[in-house]
Amino acid sequence: MVTNSYDRLIQALGADLTPVRRLAPPGVRTLIWLTIVGAIALALATVSDVGAMSRRLMAAPDMWLAAIGSLVTAVLAAVAAFQLSLPDRKPAWALLPLPAAVFWVAASGIGCLRSWLVPETHPAWLGEAETCLAFILGISVPLSALLIVMLRQGCPLRPNLILVIGWLACASAAATLLNFIHPYDATATDLTVHAFAVATVILANAIFGGRLLMGKDVLASV
Amino acid sequence: MEGVSTMVVLAAPITTGLTMVDAQTPRPVDNRDRRWGNWMVAAQTGDRTVYETLLRDCTPFIKTVARRQGVSPNYIDDVVQETLLTVHRARRTYDPNRSFSAWLRTIAQRRAIDGLRRQSRNGVWETHAPFAYENHPDPGRDPEEATNQVERTVRLDSAVSTLPASQREAVQHLALREQSLTEAAAVTGRTTGALKVNLHRALKTLRAQLGGQD
Repeated sequence: MVTNSYDRLIQALGADLTPVRRLAPPGVRTLIWLTIVGAIALALATVSDVGAMSRRLMAAPDMWLAAIGSLVTAVLAAVAAFQLSLPDRKPAWALLPLPAAVFWVAASGIGCLRSWLVPETHPAWLGEAETCLAFILGISVPLSALLIVMLRQGCPLRPNLILVIGWLACASAAATLLNFIHPYDATATDLTVHAFAVATVILANAIFGGRLLMGKDVLASV
Repeated sequence: MEGVSTMVVLAAPITTGLTMVDAQTPRPVDNRDRRWGNWMVAAQTGDRTVYETLLRDCTPFIKTVARRQGVSPNYIDDVVQETLLTVHRARRTYDPNRSFSAWLRTIAQRRAIDGLRRQSRNGVWETHAPFAYENHPDPGRDPEEATNQVERTVRLDSAVSTLPASQREAVQHLALREQSLTEAAAVTGRTTGALKVNLHRALKTLRAQLGGQD
């Protein structure tokens, strides 16, 4: 039997050993989370006017481009977050949702020009956009809580990075779901609201992030 | 140990991408990776003996990774311990279809980076100055006090030993052992009055011998 200077710690870890069930593959966990997002979308579809939503989206190209961008961002960010929750995955996974996020933000930015391109559309004013912020936060917070619970099951070695990506997934998912109840066209105000919402959740992540993803303190007494 | 490893390999055979490269003559590293992977699978089922063997076997590997990351020798132990703790917490994330060495290396590298950051932070607040530490006086302690105390004790013992037996007896029981008059009287068989007189005379003699010191 080989012995070394870490025997005390190793014996303590051995004493603490319990059988564990292997973690489900990241793809499966991503699908579970996206299924819950899809269920929320279905619930919103039943209480909102889907036809009106389609007409609103089709009224201006930036609207449906932004919707596609936020949807793809949500999916790719969720994939990246669950991959990053495993120790042996490369941090480059964090780059996966960035192109879609840039596309989403750019498409929303086009809305700034819509007043000139499509004069008959109604841009959102700041007061109207406040309801969007409340909706985004209202959806994003529970989705984020669920995501954190699922990510904690892994062992993220870069908690801040994974939380930024995770929150990007939640914020973009909430922005996608916003289309169901959005009563007016998005413009620069809407983009500002999105940026504020994303910044808010990222700030919360920065404040609480280190502890949010930490599992229980293993053998603190060792 | 061989029995344990053989049992585990037979009980939980796995295939890895590494071993398929050269199946006829597997490289030692591949064998090690496969062995560690099998041991970790056994650890996931709760096999303590194999788990402890795995952790011991991995320790040199973790040290090597830490050294390559640039961790100074003073912090290598910290990195090894942090890595072992992380392995323990992350053991359910190990997928036997992937390389165990790569899984472990990533954890060790991450903990080594944490160690480097800690090392850097400590460097800002701490200064290595062994001479300043050794020469720093302790303000709460007089270095001559212990010597003086010994000297006083020796002088007092010497003075007491010159007293007549009855006076010495009174000093020993009443002053040094701090017994009450009743207790001292019971022990010595003298009256309390005699003890008081003997103590008074003894103190007078000692005060004279010691030059008025307490």
